Amino acid sequence: MEPVTSQESALDGQSGTLEVSVWRGTSQGGDYQRFEVPALENQTILDVVSWIQHYADATLTYRFACRVGMCGSCAMMVNGQPRWTCRTHVKKVLKAGKVQIGPLRNLPVIKDLVADMDPFFDKWVTAGGAHAPSATRDDPIPPVDPQDAIRVEASAGIECINCSICYAACDTVAGNPDYLGPAALQRAWTLLNDAKHDAPHQILDAVSGVGGCHNCHSMGSCTVFCPNDLDPMSAIAGLKRETAKSFFRRRK
Amino acid sequence: MRPARAHPLWLAFVLHRVSGLALALFLPVHFWVLSYALTTPEKLNEFLSFAEQPIVKLAEFGLVFLLAVHVFGGLRLMAMEWLPWSGPQKSLAAGALGVAVLISGTFLLQVV
Repeated sequence: MEPVTSQESALDGQSGTLEVSVWRGTSQGGDYQRFEVPALENQTILDVVSWIQHYADATLTYRFACRVGMCGSCAMMVNGQPRWTCRTHVKKVLKAGKVQIGPLRNLPVIKDLVADMDPFFDKWVTAGGAHAPSATRDDPIPPVDPQDAIRVEASAGIECINCSICYAACDTVAGNPDYLGPAALQRAWTLLNDAKHDAPHQILDAVSGVGGCHNCHSMGSCTVFCPNDLDPMSAIAGLKRETAKSFFRRRK
Repeated sequence: MRPARAHPLWLAFVLHRVSGLALALFLPVHFWVLSYALTTPEKLNEFLSFAEQPIVKLAEFGLVFLLAVHVFGGLRLMAMEWLPWSGPQKSLAAGALGVAVLISGTFLLQVV
């Protein structure tokens, strides 16, 4: 397809253009398509993708919602690295006026930039990530001390926005499709340390089986790429510790 | 399409894996040579005089480095997974590499 030139660049009085390659296709096949997008002073990768969809090719499929780094919908591979596109400034990732945008790694691709998130969220459930309440609404609310050491561990992971960037960054996931992945395991660690969660042993069983926390090689790509500066690698180390402790305790 | 991997802990993983594989390949050969002490001591003597060559000493330096980096990298991983503390892993991985360089460098200086 012919590269599309900008109509807006003339309107804005700006001359520069970005050379953007965008993945078109599915898991079955496809290729990168080149677009020329007007370069603006303030511009995120999501802005670039939106510009292409608005002005160049309306059939481009991508996913976003909040545009402010809250919802976790817009993660994509940018120049081969997983990033939240709404908070990734073009200037930060541009290489010689070029940028490559693709769908998240380690997940099936539905179309273009939209990855199928089902395996990712299924693994949250498999890892025991669904909350099991320890009290009913009729019971008094038990106080939670935010300074408590166990609560501090739980609080470390609750800012996860389920964007799947850690899952896309993880080479262990790439090598083992059964591996639960950093996000699901960090969720399990958070719930394990949540005083109001009623099924800690279910979590330990869920994360110590095939594909569980002991598959992790502590490469730390999850922690490096997490856009919210969370630390799934240490959460998984915590799970390794607790599952091992529980293994030896049960043998006694 | 692969994410950029050249971050310190990923490199530490590669170093740990490669040194482990290399040591696993070295050990059977090592035991095989040692077995000459029991079966054919003259062959062992022959090998030991061959091992005096500078190129072999250089290879031994590499071996000491691999062993040291695997030991200290492994200690870092065990500390991370078994102690209730995660520590500055990047600095610890760099420290493991530093100690390995120090030990293997000392070894090299002593044999030359």
